[in-house]
Amino acid sequence: MRIALFITCLTEQFYPRAAVAIVKVLEHLGHTVEFPAAQTCCGQPMFNNGLHDDARALAARMLEIFASAEHVVTPSGSCAAMVREHFLHLWPERSAEHRAALALAARTTEFVEFLTKVEHVDLSALGVRWPGSVTYHRSCHLRSLGLHGEAETLLDQIGGVRRTPLPRAEQCCGFGGTFAVNYPQISGAMVTDKVSAIRETKAESVVCNEAGCGMNIAGACRRASPEVSFITIGEIIAEGLGLLSRVVPSDPRTGGQGA
Amino acid sequence: MNGSRVLTPDLPFDMSPRADVAGRDVRLQQFVNSATQIKDHGRVNACRAAFGERYDAVRRLAGEIKQYTLDRLDVYLERFIDNATASGARVHFAADAAQANAIVLGIARDIDAKLCVKSKSMVTEEIGLLAALESIGVTTVETDLGEFILQLDHDAPSHIVTPMIHKDRTAVARAFVRELGARYTEDPAELTRIAREHMRRQFRGADLGISGANFLVADTGSIVICTNEGNADLAVSSPRVHVAVVGIEKVIPSLEHLSVFLKLLARSATAQPLTVYNTIVTGPRKPDEADGPEQLHIVLVDNGRTEILREETRELLRCIRCGACLNACPVYRKVGGGHAYGAVYSGPIGAVITPLFKGLENYPDLPQASSLCGACFEACPVHIDIPSQLIRLRSLLVERRLMARGSKLAYRLWAMTLKHAWLYRMSAALQRIIIRRFSTSHDVRSGSASAGVPGSAGDMLPAAWCADLPGPFRAWTEARDMPVPAAGSFRAWWAVRERATPPTRRAGGA
Repeated sequence: MRIALFITCLTEQFYPRAAVAIVKVLEHLGHTVEFPAAQTCCGQPMFNNGLHDDARALAARMLEIFASAEHVVTPSGSCAAMVREHFLHLWPERSAEHRAALALAARTTEFVEFLTKVEHVDLSALGVRWPGSVTYHRSCHLRSLGLHGEAETLLDQIGGVRRTPLPRAEQCCGFGGTFAVNYPQISGAMVTDKVSAIRETKAESVVCNEAGCGMNIAGACRRASPEVSFITIGEIIAEGLGLLSRVVPSDPRTGGQGA
Repeated sequence: MNGSRVLTPDLPFDMSPRADVAGRDVRLQQFVNSATQIKDHGRVNACRAAFGERYDAVRRLAGEIKQYTLDRLDVYLERFIDNATASGARVHFAADAAQANAIVLGIARDIDAKLCVKSKSMVTEEIGLLAALESIGVTTVETDLGEFILQLDHDAPSHIVTPMIHKDRTAVARAFVRELGARYTEDPAELTRIAREHMRRQFRGADLGISGANFLVADTGSIVICTNEGNADLAVSSPRVHVAVVGIEKVIPSLEHLSVFLKLLARSATAQPLTVYNTIVTGPRKPDEADGPEQLHIVLVDNGRTEILREETRELLRCIRCGACLNACPVYRKVGGGHAYGAVYSGPIGAVITPLFKGLENYPDLPQASSLCGACFEACPVHIDIPSQLIRLRSLLVERRLMARGSKLAYRLWAMTLKHAWLYRMSAALQRIIIRRFSTSHDVRSGSASAGVPGSAGDMLPAAWCADLPGPFRAWTEARDMPVPAAGSFRAWWAVRERATPPTRRAGGA
């Protein structure tokens, strides 16, 4: 399959290694990966904050940039949800843009979703091995994609992974885009809860597949609980297949960003 | 806080001071967090046990029944009015809160009411009926245990279903000593007994009973009242006159549809298979009946509902006031419950309907104080898409120029940057430089063999942390550190690969 990577602005800026991992894993599975260089952002921050004219302009760019892609894969559930659900609300039904948005929605998937629902991978059959104790943070936007437990299933297929379920997993980490800076007291209380839940698991790494949650959770863990490191599921798979070298944090007190 | 001002604050309402105070109140945080989490898990377990894989389908069905009825609200309301009138009830219509109160006060004056017993009802809170009754000298007693305690304590409800979620039993014990002259006890059974004995005397002496209703059944002209304490049954059957005050959106077509809602309401609200008392009232006492009131008045209240009935917000009227979205909401938990919303309806549903009822300009915080996590949508038994409604209100904030000018300018500039790939890359580079300048510690995975090699994957993890950023990012570092963007860039890595190997040759091996 010819897959266009929609990297998303936060992953590109803060977690480029997660995108490298996805490229390597997809290629390992036999796909050809493209990276349309003109891509920027899907317009989710504008849409969520009510600036729908700006969101529409950015969505129109996305439709154009990914028009020729056979399939689009992205490391973010919320950006996938933006493309799949909210683009459709930006134009009247039966307009050319609405039709294009429907078509893009039909071929856009979040990375974990692609692996489990399109590719139906079995990571244990692929021999993925990654020794370590983890807990998984489920990002809220997986709800709107209809994903429940797929990432956990993938993690459990990886040899050596010891996964402890995260208590109160359904409670949002408090990122919410600009919510985190507009209501820091509420957002801060939410991420403090998340850090305590992570601590309860005693896991070495918290796994997530959403750059926004990652910045929030890793930043809060860094302040409160620096022995926990943050890593995306794509990086675990890529490392577990030997496609990326595993990096052990040199000093646990510095708070690792995965490895 | 004085109860009367908690839910009717000065406008425009600013949520942050209340959220700040609640955030520092350790005990309040404990009550609200544990109570809501227990209820939320209870709901999930009860609904999964009853509906299994069809839970979502049942929620959609319930939503469709109410949506269908709301789409034909005139027809079903007329049918309800005809059938209720035929059963002997007197049906009144109130366009707003003032009219609704005037109708009830008129009835109270007609029968020369002295003592009123009231069961729990959100719409009577909404219109401020209790204060209106007291103002003409009708002593009014809340008979729902939670509401009764709040009334004694001059406090305001903080949850649609469990109104005293923000209080513990010691507050109840103190209020009973102070107001009822009871002996101090923290034993829940003993406290309930004290309240029950006090209330029985009120029920016996009351000449007016006021209730809300959970549903209006069009085909039979019945009102349906669901309570766990049976207090509503006493309130509507022992006084001479029963007045039911009900929002017009409560109508459903028939008793057949009621079964869907009773199954969902109890499980969504309190994780019970069924509410303890489900009472269907059809008309006042008939000549051959022994019990019941002589008169039954039904006051149908609009008070802004026909405005919400417009197509884009109509789904909000499907709400059956179960409180499941409050229990599921992390923001509701962290702001210490409903008082932080400054209005009768709190939590996610309140964040949407309060601005519609009371003016968006008066409650600009409510639609914005949400991470849009979608837990409310997932919990809603009538499948109301609350996150989309919050976003819709945010777009109205922009449209009506209610968004702070500085914020709007920032978003517009940000959007402009995103519209051009070169500007986007330039601003990202600038952001990296700025954040790096403020980094306070170094990291992280220096163990990488390829770290620092341009175009390799090893230098692509956040390189350090900032503990204190200036300007608009200060709010971020108030609560957590900010990762410093990686030294390496995905685009540089990609470009190196592109030059080395054309993409068509790479498939199948890295």
